[in-house]
Amino acid sequence: VSTTTAPTASKQAGSRNKVVATDRAIAENRLGQRLVAPALILMVLVTAYPMLQALYLSLFRYRLTTPDDKGFIGLKNYGVILTDSLFWKDTLNTVIIMVATVAVELVIGFAFAMVMHRIIFARGLIRTAILIPYGIITVVSAFAWQFTFSINNGWVNAWFTWVPGISSTTNWYGDHWHAMFAIMVSEIWKTTPFMALLLLAGLSQVSEDMLEAAKVDGATAAQRLFKVILPNMRAAIMVAVLFRALDAFRIFDNIYVMTRGAQNTESSSFLTYRQSIEQFQLGMGSALSVLLFLTVLLLAWLIVKFFRVDLAQARGEG
Amino acid sequence: MKSKIGPGAIAGFIVILVWCLLPVAWIISLSFKSLDETTTGSAQFLPKHATWDNYKVLLGFTSDKSTSHDFLAALRNSFGISIIATLLAVVIATLAAYAIARLDFKGKRIVLSLALAIAMFPVVSLVGPLFDMWRTFHLFNTWPGLIIPYMTFTLPLAIWTLSAFFREIPWEMEQAAQVDGATSWQAFRKVIVPLAAPGVFTAAILTFFFAWNEFVLAISLTSTTSSRTVPAQMSFFVGPDPFNPPYSQLATASVIVTIPVIIIVLLFQRRIVAGLTSGAVKG
Repeated sequence: VSTTTAPTASKQAGSRNKVVATDRAIAENRLGQRLVAPALILMVLVTAYPMLQALYLSLFRYRLTTPDDKGFIGLKNYGVILTDSLFWKDTLNTVIIMVATVAVELVIGFAFAMVMHRIIFARGLIRTAILIPYGIITVVSAFAWQFTFSINNGWVNAWFTWVPGISSTTNWYGDHWHAMFAIMVSEIWKTTPFMALLLLAGLSQVSEDMLEAAKVDGATAAQRLFKVILPNMRAAIMVAVLFRALDAFRIFDNIYVMTRGAQNTESSSFLTYRQSIEQFQLGMGSALSVLLFLTVLLLAWLIVKFFRVDLAQARGEG
Repeated sequence: MKSKIGPGAIAGFIVILVWCLLPVAWIISLSFKSLDETTTGSAQFLPKHATWDNYKVLLGFTSDKSTSHDFLAALRNSFGISIIATLLAVVIATLAAYAIARLDFKGKRIVLSLALAIAMFPVVSLVGPLFDMWRTFHLFNTWPGLIIPYMTFTLPLAIWTLSAFFREIPWEMEQAAQVDGATSWQAFRKVIVPLAAPGVFTAAILTFFFAWNEFVLAISLTSTTSSRTVPAQMSFFVGPDPFNPPYSQLATASVIVTIPVIIIVLLFQRRIVAGLTSGAVKG
């Protein structure tokens, strides 16, 4: 009922707008800026201010255990970090985790989205099931998977002995690649639902008519997937990849709980945390913070440039 | 396409359920194993003798209260800090999102882009400087000491989700109601609030999930149970033998902190999905 009255009302508002356009526009501009001001100021205050502090501290030799020894050393911290193989090893680990988890999640997430798109029964059940990993605390997920791969309590060693390379005595935390695998499984389990839901939203925007037309024209299932469905989901896929890649690059919780960085499984975030908080190396830790921030910035820029994603435009905001 | 559900879809349905729920079933099963059973090692999925002992120890129904005291304090901190951080973020974000969705002003794109950029920000970068600053401001190991930095991710998330929701609201209806004789307050309360409430509520749920999940800041900026949240407390809960963590008790703690998540998901799954996807994909 009310929708029929809506257009006339907006038309009236529109004509009123034109008469006093300038005054109204100025007032609207001012109100808009006032309303976003608290959010804007708070966001800048809680991120930019500590970040500038990090930039400043990164130029000092500053360790909390010897605070009197604080002194300006210029870019020396950066020099130490960039020539240290540990930094590059941890960066490589992070990149491996990011690429592998996002790639696997894209495939599993897309399969999940296809199933969820087709299923017409028990939609509530499947939605609930898929949201539980999303909502669960990452630390809990890490514990669940740590126990799953545990040598004397886990079910992987008990159930998967038929898989080559897995026996009842496989020590999943005994070497680099086994430990990395366990960490990545936990990460993938926890974040696939997010990927699947974003892809599902993209999938539901692919027009059924177009698929029907392709079918009539004799396109095979594979052709329909690669020539119709995927190209039409491009925006959704890119947004999902951008969000997840940057999120995966910050991986910390899983590593902290599952290995504490043992077996060379440290990530960039973990290294930054360890230097700042566990070793009290605030100068060095701050330099790592700045480098991590720059890396994420570079990564975001690369993804946006490479895939030409305009997020605001994708949402129709531009 | 929707008319036929092949065996593939049904198999997929089962695979999804198993993949998503098996780890949850696993920690539930583990939580009913006795501490002795997991210490000596028990490779089977289900407990040999199911017992409530771990729940009793964690929730304080035994004579030894040391474990339950720490765990319940952490639960209190987690609820308090997450709820306050969520409320603050949602109130401030609602103002901003209203302006973004409805008003025309300079810098609109900047606000949205900044929110997105900050949402991608590596939180661990803040840990060092905040650790240093919070000791001078006496905010180290306090609730505000966590709530303030939580704004770095709760605010952008709330702004992003809410502005997507608000753009879908037919705002002309407010004017329509006024034309029909309602006062501005009535129009706002009877028309706009009911339309906007679901979006605000959904944004609050998503924000709460993020705050409830937060770990890096929680382990770095706290030192005692007076402000340590559940994820941080769990990561420090190693028991007497560092080489043999109390598996079943950790699993029990995991189950207890997952219960609120499951309840929220069961009640609001439709809204959560709408909130997650509307913020990211539109048009």
